[in-house]
Amino acid sequence: MSLWEYANPVKFLGLSARVQPYVWGGAALCLIVGLGWGFFGTPDDYRQGSTVKIIYLHVPAALMAINAWFMMLVASLVWLIRRHHVSALAAKAAAPVGVTMTVIALITGAIWGQPMWGTWWAWDPRLTSFLILFLFYLGYIALWEAVEDPDTAADLTSVLCLVGSVFAVLSRYAVKFWNQGLHQGTSVPLATGGRTVSDVFFYPLLISMVGFGLLFLALVLYRTGTEIRLRRARALLARSERGA
Amino acid sequence: MMPELGKYAAEVLAAYGVSLLLLAGLVGLSLNKGRKARATLADIEARKDG
Amino acid sequence: MIALLRRDLMLAFRAGGGFGLGLAFFLIVTVLVPFSVGPHPDLLGTIAPGVLWLGALLACLLSLDRLLALDYEDGTLDLLATAPLPLEAALSVKALSHWVTTGLPLVLAAPVLGVMLNLAPSGYLWLVASLGLGTPALSVIGTFGAALTVGIKRGGLLMSLLVLPLYVPTLIFGAEAARRGAMGLDATTPLTLLAGITFGTIALMPFASAAVLRMTLR
Repeated sequence: MSLWEYANPVKFLGLSARVQPYVWGGAALCLIVGLGWGFFGTPDDYRQGSTVKIIYLHVPAALMAINAWFMMLVASLVWLIRRHHVSALAAKAAAPVGVTMTVIALITGAIWGQPMWGTWWAWDPRLTSFLILFLFYLGYIALWEAVEDPDTAADLTSVLCLVGSVFAVLSRYAVKFWNQGLHQGTSVPLATGGRTVSDVFFYPLLISMVGFGLLFLALVLYRTGTEIRLRRARALLARSERGA
Repeated sequence: MMPELGKYAAEVLAAYGVSLLLLAGLVGLSLNKGRKARATLADIEARKDG
Repeated sequence: MIALLRRDLMLAFRAGGGFGLGLAFFLIVTVLVPFSVGPHPDLLGTIAPGVLWLGALLACLLSLDRLLALDYEDGTLDLLATAPLPLEAALSVKALSHWVTTGLPLVLAAPVLGVMLNLAPSGYLWLVASLGLGTPALSVIGTFGAALTVGIKRGGLLMSLLVLPLYVPTLIFGAEAARRGAMGLDATTPLTLLAGITFGTIALMPFASAAVLRMTLR
């Protein structure tokens, strides 16, 4: 019983149906607790005032924007190597979720920055990199829509995701080189185990991050199911037209 | 009940408002597309069998 | 391979082949800049390196359309894909011919346009060097974009949407090199990074381009 069992669309739909209620429920719970606690229950920051509350939206969204693209990358590779349609459709399903996260990160970033930096938009390396990521997402989604044959679309978008990922990383460094920037350091450097955000903000932030992650998972499971059904519908339609 | 947001009230509320709106929109559109897909598939499968 | 190169170059230089259009576009954009930002010489001199880089980049982008589209329509691409010459090599040759007919003229024209934009004297060498080093990358990356969208009807706009984000690192390092040169500073760091991008893309992009072209032709 390996993970590859779920490359079978029917098995995937079955597992997805069983698991989704919990994922949606978990997401709702974490979002309500995380955002609620953050919004109502945490103090203002000494320097930033109440705008620090935006952190509970901005950081999780930004994190998911990147994770979504990474998941699309992995799914694209699985499609290219093992030709599992569920994988290709999962990548397709994840893109709109990723782009929404990116937009939330950009808008909350801009709103947060305005009182702090005095400007609605600043060409800060992190914000600029997210803007570039946004463009990559748009291109990916547009390519899926533009190509008629679904399998060719899956192929082309997968390679685009791969190439895009390489250039996204390149751009990240190029943008850092180009403008040293106003952004603070990472709020939650999980790798080092340290954190620059004090405890009182940390836990609601963590719960919000989990909430956003679960929401992403729930949406991708649901949307992949939709894509699978649409694909099956198209196949049945084509078969009946050929028969008739 | 509402915390003292002080002079940044507009910004904070705008940020939360926009974000929740976008998330709600995403979920709504996804559910809608899913419902339609289920209906279309059921329709085609019924016609195929019937 | 030489035969392919010769054929592409001849097609481009022939009347109606599109040669010179990139150059003309570069000129027109350069002329439009003072109209949009005002004729103040100091301002023009400051933005000249960046504007010239951007103009060159857009001129390259515009001529990518015809790179593969015509060959796709008349079936030449199918022949190329099944020919003994590896498709990767064929696409490298196409990128080369694009650079010779579009990129190279832009590099040579840039100093002249630099005069119009009041480019600082120290900037000319660095402008030409950065464009000379960077435009091949633009051709090779652009070939990938063209291959990706060749089967799509009216795919030109989509190709621009896909290619422009890929152009960002090249533009950043190229324009930065030109800018630092114009300010009299040392520009070797961005220039070296630019070289890295160019050599990396020349070596690797043809594989991606060939892969997507085969997918479309299947």
